[in-house]
Amino acid sequence: MGLTFAQKVLAKKAELSTVAVGQIVDVEPDFCLSHDNTAAIAKTFAKFGVEKVKNPERFVIVLDHTVPASTEEYAKGHKEIREFVAKQGIKAFYDGGVGICHQVLPEMGFALPGSLILGSDSHTTAYGALGAFSAGVGRSEMAALYATSRIWLKTPTSFKIEVRGKLKEPVTSKDLVLKIIGDIGADGALYKSVEYAGEAIEAMSLSSRLVLSNMAVEMGAKNGYCAPDKKTFAFLEHRAVAEYTPIYPDSDAEYERSLTYDASKLGPQVAKPHTVDNVAPVEEVEGTKIDQALLGTCTNGRLEDLRLAARYLEGKKIAKGVRMLVLPASQEVLLEALRGGLIEIFVRAGAMVLNPGCGPCLGAHQGVLAAGEVCISTANRNFQGRMGSNEAATYLASPATVAASAVAGVITDPRKVGRGGGA
Amino acid sequence: MIEGKVWKYGDDVNTDVIFAGKYTYKPMTPAEMAERALEDLDPTFAKGVKPGDIVVAGANFGCGSSREQAATCIKAAGVAAVIAVSFSRLFFRNAINEGLPVVELAGGTTMIAKDDKVQIDFEKGTVTHKGKSYTFPALPKEVLAILNDGGLIPHVKKALLKT
Repeated sequence: MGLTFAQKVLAKKAELSTVAVGQIVDVEPDFCLSHDNTAAIAKTFAKFGVEKVKNPERFVIVLDHTVPASTEEYAKGHKEIREFVAKQGIKAFYDGGVGICHQVLPEMGFALPGSLILGSDSHTTAYGALGAFSAGVGRSEMAALYATSRIWLKTPTSFKIEVRGKLKEPVTSKDLVLKIIGDIGADGALYKSVEYAGEAIEAMSLSSRLVLSNMAVEMGAKNGYCAPDKKTFAFLEHRAVAEYTPIYPDSDAEYERSLTYDASKLGPQVAKPHTVDNVAPVEEVEGTKIDQALLGTCTNGRLEDLRLAARYLEGKKIAKGVRMLVLPASQEVLLEALRGGLIEIFVRAGAMVLNPGCGPCLGAHQGVLAAGEVCISTANRNFQGRMGSNEAATYLASPATVAASAVAGVITDPRKVGRGGGA
Repeated sequence: MIEGKVWKYGDDVNTDVIFAGKYTYKPMTPAEMAERALEDLDPTFAKGVKPGDIVVAGANFGCGSSREQAATCIKAAGVAAVIAVSFSRLFFRNAINEGLPVVELAGGTTMIAKDDKVQIDFEKGTVTHKGKSYTFPALPKEVLAILNDGGLIPHVKKALLKT
């Protein structure tokens, strides 16, 4: 019997010929990510009595969650992080504004096929889109990684999700992953390694695959893998910080569960309040009044997302009483959006274009919700109270659905509205 | 062996309702975190919880964010253990790393209600409730070693001293 991607990558990292499912391995990650939580992690690291971070070249730190600082406390945290990276000689430090960590790591060439990446952020699963094994860890674990470079991981069993057919415009990978999470539930892939495969995945851009891998954690998965291909290698050509060897599952690998989807039959999906697996076709919630529309986040803040949204906003105005927030995922995305005329489309439509960062996704700043307010968002979570008031509600959807809804003022099926010529 | 009074919750209790995102980047002491524990799920919890109480929940407890404060705030509130049908992998790791025992009762927890008394015998791997015993699998030895050292920080400290 062949081996899954998870078995092969963990065996390689543990320097073993093979590993069994359930086996605990002691491994050294290729790269480790932390963000604004580095301030707290550095304090924990200090408790070890170790002066220096072991292998500082393996750590990537990106400020994105509360940038620019909106409170004195956040500013103090950022200052402590800048001092920490300077003292420890951590070169891969990206200060506020460069982008969201899960966009910055791929752009800067750290998310490499066949690599092991751990991050003190649950959406670290994103780099599976480039063929990495990447998973979230806690703050204590990141502090321990600073001190020792090593960590234990359990070898997960694997699910294979095969997606046949082609997605029909304007249906996106966001609709697909919401559909899957709705079907199998928020714990449907708990502790599993998810491997996405099939014609629809192969046809997708890297940006679209990043959505699938990013949201693997919303079905409970440990990681979400897409096989690296020509698109992956081309993207990394002038970016990769190290040489890499792609790892592919064996064709006779053993999967605990296999699921098959037909992309061509899929319509726009929406996750209703207050759980990501509370998914319905957009038709079911059409007409729901919204107060805020959020386009951005580590899930859907990439150029193709902005481009798709712009098609619904070009020459239009955002509905009266609705505010729309646009947060490009990185400076690179922002610059390309500027060059492509997308930012002008957003501003003319009446949207607020904010700096690259996590923004209001986690309710820390920049557009939190009041009691009774409703937001439609391209983010990955809609838990009660997450975006502000405990009595606010968040719907999750694709950039097309969010943009069409912002114009209409109510949740809208993007297939039913006219579009401008668009970018 | 521990015995405690139950706080009972359902499935998919997520980290945002355990410890809200708006507090995640605020420097807070464990005691301050405890005051916010489960704030958006059960506003009576933080005020009513007593040392030694036990949180019992359904499937996928602690799903969502990697924020370790979700485990820290429950531990700091004095909770002796969390029993659930299953845990998110991040909460599971964070709980162990914070020295908060987690017990997986895969068979279900619907028989247990708020304010019931339950006993947990970690050596035997049993939860006893109203005279009936339910077994749970022992933690892997690597994981148990962290828990027995009181969490990851003391565990790693110990290991670093040896080298």
